[in-house]
Amino acid sequence: MASKPLLHVQGAGIQFGGLKAVSGINIEIHQGELIGLIGPNGAGKTTTFNLLTGVYVPTEGDIWFDGKRLNGLLPYQITRGGISRTFQNIRLFNELSVLDNVKVAYHSLAKHSILSSILRLPSYFKGEEEMEEKAIQFLKIFKLDHLRDEVAKNLPYGQQRRLEIARALAAGPKLLLLDEPAAGMNPQETAELMDLIAFIRKEFNLTILLIEHDMKLVMGICERIYVLDHGQLIADGEPDFIQNHPKVIEAYLGEEVESANA
Amino acid sequence: MKKAKGFWLSIILSLVVYGVVQFLINSGSLNPFYANTLIFIAINIILAVSLHLVIGITGQFSIGHAGFLAVGAYISAICTMKLEFPFIAALIVGGVVAAVAGLMVGIPSLRLKGDYLAIATLGFAEIIRIVFLNIDYVGGAAGMQVSHLTDWTYAFICLLITILVIVNFTNSRHGRACIAIRENEIAADAMGINTTYYKVAAFALGSFFAGIAGGLYAHNFYIIQPTNFGFLKSFDILIFVVLGGLGSLSGAVISAILLTIVSTFLQDYPETRMIIYSLVLVIVMLYRPQGLMGTKEITDYFGKWTNAKGGNSYGK
Repeated sequence: MASKPLLHVQGAGIQFGGLKAVSGINIEIHQGELIGLIGPNGAGKTTTFNLLTGVYVPTEGDIWFDGKRLNGLLPYQITRGGISRTFQNIRLFNELSVLDNVKVAYHSLAKHSILSSILRLPSYFKGEEEMEEKAIQFLKIFKLDHLRDEVAKNLPYGQQRRLEIARALAAGPKLLLLDEPAAGMNPQETAELMDLIAFIRKEFNLTILLIEHDMKLVMGICERIYVLDHGQLIADGEPDFIQNHPKVIEAYLGEEVESANA
Repeated sequence: MKKAKGFWLSIILSLVVYGVVQFLINSGSLNPFYANTLIFIAINIILAVSLHLVIGITGQFSIGHAGFLAVGAYISAICTMKLEFPFIAALIVGGVVAAVAGLMVGIPSLRLKGDYLAIATLGFAEIIRIVFLNIDYVGGAAGMQVSHLTDWTYAFICLLITILVIVNFTNSRHGRACIAIRENEIAADAMGINTTYYKVAAFALGSFFAGIAGGLYAHNFYIIQPTNFGFLKSFDILIFVVLGGLGSLSGAVISAILLTIVSTFLQDYPETRMIIYSLVLVIVMLYRPQGLMGTKEITDYFGKWTNAKGGNSYGK
């Protein structure tokens, strides 16, 4: 932990008009860590993700990633810089095939220009072939290659989630942000997902930050956990510490004294 | 490669079509009225396909396409009539200027989405029309005389190039980026795609070919007037794309052919023309709300030599 953190959020926050959605967020994530971000509904977890990925520009504080300041960069620039994400409500390219969904993520890695595509120069064929090969290999890792010609919207829910993670990984991130990956999954699918996350983390040497409501999943795989409530960080530490943290219990269950009196 | 085979097959097929029509025209067995209808069909296909790139592929609902048609028409007419350029050069200049106009309109207005973009593009098209209306150099409201230079060969070559360029664009990583924007802009952004760049690029490319169509159009009618390029013309082009099926290039081509023929032959019945034309549209939309082709391509029915042309050439 002596090394410089991969992601360093220093007092970041955003204000929408008079509403402070999140403020004073401090997060430090080191290379290779698997970190959880939890909190009650409306605590500002997804807003924090949107700050990290450039969907919102922070109105306070700084976000540093891999030695670069992210404030004000556009989402596509941040993705190319090495942060990619999945979404709480799945956002696949519905009408595209499974294979093409992954190919889109390789977009910025291929180099053939618009002109060489229109004229079908050799660089076009080479570039497209490379993308196709890589995408097929990728689908094999995620056991989706038998579905590669299927239209994304026709996949069952669990596989759509899987594909979304595959697509986010194909963009070649150093830091992967997962927004409620287990939402809507049954216990067996959640268990499979936990295996998958552990697997990709090792396979791709990833650093992962995930938002999740499923406490079994969070406590089971995360090394450290940040807890948000009302737009503020109220605690951070190892799972055991968080589980017994009075402020966290208060945020989720209400104040103990109050409930005793009532 | 299999793909290349299908590609050459379609080139040969289209050259055969060209040759047959050219032979019929030369031998005089196709009367000038029909020959002219064919040229008009070619122009409409170019317009439909160029708008298909903007609406069907990139998902940006632009209804000001006639504005770029007007730019191409006037600029190429100025080139041939006032500056005495050769016709080919005039066509290209018309296209390039229309593309520049597309950039100028697209960069500010493509920040808007949905209805707002539609209104903005409609407004820009009207501005372009009013500008030509008030420039005496191009004849103002009276219009501008243009010599008849468009023939079947010019129209066909332009059509072929338009379709080739747009198909090749769509089947590359750039086209896939555009389709990704259509499908989910936020996700496209999160995948590292510069969405603004691709929206503007598709818009400019579409405007370029609308400009080329404008050049052909101007030199096919002896006279061009600003009234030819009103918003009704924009809607005509929009109808080709929607009726053919949003996202289907072959759908746009088929509906452009079909509707041009319908409206040409209805000219004999001027009292009922618009009624029947509208009825055709209503009936198609009632029974095929997804358009004639949906999102499929005609090549889907002949095996798979294409990739995701309109986004969804696989699947059910």
